Amino acid sequence: MDTDDRLAADLARDLDRSFDALVLAHQDRLYTIALRMLRDPRDAEEAAQDAFVRAYRALATYDTERIRELQVRGWLTTIVLNLCRTRGVRRAARGAPPVSIDDDARPPIEPAAAAAQAPTEVAERHAERERWVARLAELPPVYRAAVVLRHVDGLSYPEAAAALGRPEGTVKAQVHRGIGLLRTMLEADARHELEEMTA
Amino acid sequence: MNQPLDPAGTDATVEAALSDLTARAPASLRPAVLVELGLADAYARFDSPIGPLTVSWNGRGVSSVDAAEDGATFEARHRALTGREAFAMETVPRRLATAITRRLGGDRRVRIDLDLRGHSPFEQDVWRKALEIPRGEVRPYGWVAAEIGRPRAVRAVGTALGHNPVPLIVPCHRVVRTDGTIGQYSLGGPDNKRTILRSEGLDPDGLEAQAAAGIRYTGSDTTRIVCLPTCRHARRVTDTHRVGFRSVRAAAEAGYRPCKICRPDSGAVLAA
Repeated sequence: MDTDDRLAADLARDLDRSFDALVLAHQDRLYTIALRMLRDPRDAEEAAQDAFVRAYRALATYDTERIRELQVRGWLTTIVLNLCRTRGVRRAARGAPPVSIDDDARPPIEPAAAAAQAPTEVAERHAERERWVARLAELPPVYRAAVVLRHVDGLSYPEAAAALGRPEGTVKAQVHRGIGLLRTMLEADARHELEEMTA
Repeated sequence: MNQPLDPAGTDATVEAALSDLTARAPASLRPAVLVELGLADAYARFDSPIGPLTVSWNGRGVSSVDAAEDGATFEARHRALTGREAFAMETVPRRLATAITRRLGGDRRVRIDLDLRGHSPFEQDVWRKALEIPRGEVRPYGWVAAEIGRPRAVRAVGTALGHNPVPLIVPCHRVVRTDGTIGQYSLGGPDNKRTILRSEGLDPDGLEAQAAAGIRYTGSDTTRIVCLPTCRHARRVTDTHRVGFRSVRAAAEAGYRPCKICRPDSGAVLAA
């Protein structure tokens, strides 16, 4: 029985007592997915919060059998992705420019490990991450969602396909295409750097 | 210098870089979710007529008003009473703070949702009845008991008021002993009860003195209506027309009918 199966069993038994465990187990994931889809940390936090609230309210209407059978990880992913989509649409309609502040403006995620490194290495890693965040944001949303689920969140192809509600083959193609685009961006950046060095 | 990059190598590079893009949820996320769902509460300090208090709330409403001296004491007590975690906040949200201030100021139109889960229907009946008592007025325990259809449950009404999780908002301080004395108070004792009643424009000492002199009801010889002494209609009666009664029966015998607003006959002292 994996962690999510145990979680589903606990939720079926006592939703109110077990829901905190679900939040603890999945908050980093949902926040990461929302952050990589929306980029703005505040939007991402709101989307993740909203996703948990909706999940709870849905679970409150499900019978115990349905909760026990739930694929928790994929189900939560679908909820947060839908919220990201409506949020993205709303923001586009408002015409607001995409916000460029990222969580990377905050202190590094692993302070202990970072402390052991030289300051320049920390700064370099930070900048490198920031470049990847920017490249990822340039992907069309359909590819971005597939790439984020498969390679940032680490879902398997069947899980990602279920979460996205698309055939596995389609998701594989979208991930492949997304990675291809990212590689092209990386190559372009590398070429640019090289040209600058030899100029 | 245009050496071609190895495509296979860069696919792996891309995937490795992507797997490094995980983020940690902000510390505020979990409390926000649990509080919104009423699975935990938020709390903050709040200034009241009897000094700073702690108020807690969640997505369902205000869950407690507490006189705890510090956060740790409050959190421990909150967990013992509700089984829920409580998260410290900087301040009470502005809308809630305004609503509480207006309610304490006597504005009964402002709605404050309350989270009273886990309390018995009897307790909730008692608290809902206490909510009907206007600012600046008091009612006896027996009155509350009679009004909720449990005239013999006077003692239980006292206990329920003592367990009121949201004192001040549910004004249990406006319920006094049937003998006219001010009685106990859950939020730091009887002195606080007097202070709050005074801040609401009442004279607790005068009220007790009157009751001690045997006057439990006030009538007007012009309207021939008898009220509880703090009823807003009784307080409008001028001294020359004010008549005191020991009991509703004595008033009835003198030709006075009970006020329909304060209903002095609810849980009334019947003896002549």
